[in-house]
Amino acid sequence: MQSTLFHRAAAGLTSLMISGMTFASDWTERSDLDLRPGVTQVSQDIQDLHTTVLWIVTVIGLLVFGLIVYSMIRHRRAKNPNPATFHENVFLEVLWTVIPFVILIAMAVPATRVLVQIDDSAESELTVKVTGYRWKWSYEYLTYEDDNDIGVSFFSNLATPPEQYNNPVLSGGLFPYGTAKELVGKEAPEKDHNYQLEVDNKLVIPSGQKVRFLVTSDDVIHSFWIPDFGGKKDAIPGFVNEMWAKVPEGKEGTYYGQCAELCGKNHAFMPIAVEVVSQDEFKTWIAEEKEKAASGPDLTPFSGLDQAMEEGKQVYASACALCHGANGEGGIGLPFAGTDFSTKPEYLNEHIDVLVNGRAAMPAFKAQLTPRQIAAVVTYERNAFGNDTGDLIQPADVNDHE
Amino acid sequence: MSTAAATHDDHHDHHHAPTGLKRWLFSTNHKDIGTLYLWFSFAMFLAGGFMAMVIRAELLEPGMQFVDPEFFNQMTTVHGLVMVFGAVMPATVGLANWMIPLMIGAPDMALPRMNNWSFWILPFAFAILIGSVIMSAFGDGNPSAPNFGWTFYAPLSTKYGPDSTDLFILSVHMMGISSIMGAINVVVTVFNMRAPGMTLMKMPLFVWTWLITAFLLIAVIPVLAGAVTMMLTDRHFGTSFFDAAGGGDPVLFQHIFWFFGHPEVYIMILPSFGIVSAIIPAFARKPLFGYASMVYATASIALLSFVVWAHHMFTVGMPLAGTLFFMYMTMLISVPTGVKVFNWVATMWRGSMSFELPMKWAIAFVVLFTCGGLSGLMLAITPVDFQYHDTYFVVAHFHYVLVTGAIFSIFAAAYYWLPKWSGVMPNKTLGELHFWNSLISANLLFFPMHFVGLAGMPRRYADYALQFADYNFWISIGGFWFGLSQLLFLAVAVLCAMKKGEKAPAKPWDGAEGLEWEVPSPAPFHTYDTPPVVK
Repeated sequence: MQSTLFHRAAAGLTSLMISGMTFASDWTERSDLDLRPGVTQVSQDIQDLHTTVLWIVTVIGLLVFGLIVYSMIRHRRAKNPNPATFHENVFLEVLWTVIPFVILIAMAVPATRVLVQIDDSAESELTVKVTGYRWKWSYEYLTYEDDNDIGVSFFSNLATPPEQYNNPVLSGGLFPYGTAKELVGKEAPEKDHNYQLEVDNKLVIPSGQKVRFLVTSDDVIHSFWIPDFGGKKDAIPGFVNEMWAKVPEGKEGTYYGQCAELCGKNHAFMPIAVEVVSQDEFKTWIAEEKEKAASGPDLTPFSGLDQAMEEGKQVYASACALCHGANGEGGIGLPFAGTDFSTKPEYLNEHIDVLVNGRAAMPAFKAQLTPRQIAAVVTYERNAFGNDTGDLIQPADVNDHE
Repeated sequence: MSTAAATHDDHHDHHHAPTGLKRWLFSTNHKDIGTLYLWFSFAMFLAGGFMAMVIRAELLEPGMQFVDPEFFNQMTTVHGLVMVFGAVMPATVGLANWMIPLMIGAPDMALPRMNNWSFWILPFAFAILIGSVIMSAFGDGNPSAPNFGWTFYAPLSTKYGPDSTDLFILSVHMMGISSIMGAINVVVTVFNMRAPGMTLMKMPLFVWTWLITAFLLIAVIPVLAGAVTMMLTDRHFGTSFFDAAGGGDPVLFQHIFWFFGHPEVYIMILPSFGIVSAIIPAFARKPLFGYASMVYATASIALLSFVVWAHHMFTVGMPLAGTLFFMYMTMLISVPTGVKVFNWVATMWRGSMSFELPMKWAIAFVVLFTCGGLSGLMLAITPVDFQYHDTYFVVAHFHYVLVTGAIFSIFAAAYYWLPKWSGVMPNKTLGELHFWNSLISANLLFFPMHFVGLAGMPRRYADYALQFADYNFWISIGGFWFGLSQLLFLAVAVLCAMKKGEKAPAKPWDGAEGLEWEVPSPAPFHTYDTPPVVK
């Protein structure tokens, strides 16, 4: 720990010193000193406005602080033993009321122009409904050009494995670290380049076309934010907010963002990743997705317990572990390890039902997971963490479940 | 005149001053109650500071090392609540209790029994709030403490709130009752108890800023009480004020909260303006520049504070016209604030300045509060706010105005008036160490937050992407340094309370003006039984 801290101190100091000179092109490379210009017209207009205002306040600040420092030196008691006695000056007082007012108007004009531009979400080519969940996003493609019946939707979860962020050094007592006690003192795997930013399913959008996002939430308030697109919009349950982005052609690539409104325990664990592709690529992608969605669920049975367990383990890590603990020990959600619910045969049907239809705080997963994934994860929960029921649930069992 | 009165007071003192626990429990004396408020607020400052250090320990490096994200959220929430309602507000009420009667020549606050009650509610309110944290921290499997941020947005705090939300609601109600009673007391005292000749426009600026603060409190604390009551009925009695599924509106909560919340930030900063307006003339040995314009600027800030609340909510999806209105009004508020800063600079100009501890803190206040004000102006520009909103840039902004603003000015006030309160001069060596350590560490703590915010780190994050690691490391180091530096002030205050130190004369600062310096140091238990005459 000591050497790590020292190492970070040295590295941090060096990078602070050079950060004024370097400029990262990729958000994940390192943090800049300044607001990122981003890739859209809007984000660049915002950055210009930011630069203007920053210069204005810097000049005002330096002027005021300069006067204070000058006065502290020249008008200290040793230098100026006899203080002046003036205590008002109408001209000055009017002057320093009027001048700031004029400066404010000079800032308000461009600000209003950019705001009006941001507000105009008309004539978009693609509309995507973005829904915030605790703690993941879902994307539903509503319309694209003349196609009003796409029917493609999916969920997007954090892809950073829990071993990378669970690095507890203390256990119990004043600093509870409920779900990761057995990891105390263990060597943590190295963190990925896109630590806390990578997701399993990226939002895919075309470049050169105006994309409208309809932002809402299923539970609490979240906020949808991709810094390089400029600005954020709150996702509010029961309301639909609009925002839009148009990434110019030639700027294809992956852009990252994060939830920006406190939404509970895993607020920091629901990133956004957007893959911007050319229009041709997008058309191919959306056609493939439409076909997949139309062909119905994959009901091929598992070849055996091992195959189901392997697929179930992946589903569990991305969909269940945040609430139920990486080792089924529970957390916000109930535990699985050794409980009646996940070991006794009479609860098997209920187990499937809770996953499909939800119960109390547990959300319904039938929209988020395929029957194959649900079957795999129920199998996993009943055969992992020391449970040993031997139950093998097939995709068809879940698909038949009402 | 005051010498005779003071001798009489001493005599009085000798026969009637209560002692022991009863002196504090049943006190109706404005000085004792002021002292209680000040000690209480300092204790809360240390408690809230400890929570901040838990937050900074977790954010020292990427990854979850010390606490679970759930407990992290409890820390950010209760840190905010304790600092706002437990540290800053009671500290300014304590200063008002001690100083307003002395400054206007009144024998005590107008409503002394209510004064006792408004203080003694507070320890219970905070016992309830902090108790829920202690239960959550030490009991395995116990329900969470409040974990929804100090702004407790619905539905995170209603439908999704932990069971302890009800304790939180009760606690906020009690704090609110305390604040409202304290505010009524100030208004009644200022309007009815001024010494002959003390006209409104002769009052020290501290009294003026507190009078206006008191009106703000009376106007908006009931709104907060309304908000938490609506939460309570949403949680338990089947209403749907903030639940869209029942025809309510989660955004309504934010409108109500910020209609309280924005004036609240001025409630915390206006008394600071008064403090600094007393200290700068004293050490520049020159009258305050633009007294009348200071009063009018304070009043305009207070009035404007009622029409800017939605600048906290630019991203909720307001109509364009609403957004523009709140942007323009918010920008406008920088005009009277600027007038104040210019007036302080003009007061220093061609003065004969010396830099004793109160002056050091006051100048640090002017400079660093101005930094916070300027980043506030940047935040007012709505399109850019869409990027800044809910990032560490905002955290940097409000810590500049609240820590290096409000809290620095409270320290200035403490060093300025401690000789009057205790009768001894605050220890200079410890005081200098306290000042310089606080000044440097606070900037190491809060300035890089601007950068990490601009780089895109959202606030209230228990863990962060790797590109934010370097800044967070330095911010955390600044945080521990700043937190530990405050123990130096504890030493200063304890030494004063034990009367250890150089004995203070009635007027220890040669340039100071005001009635408070005409009574002996320490101020006798009863002062101004016979009102002084102000010419």
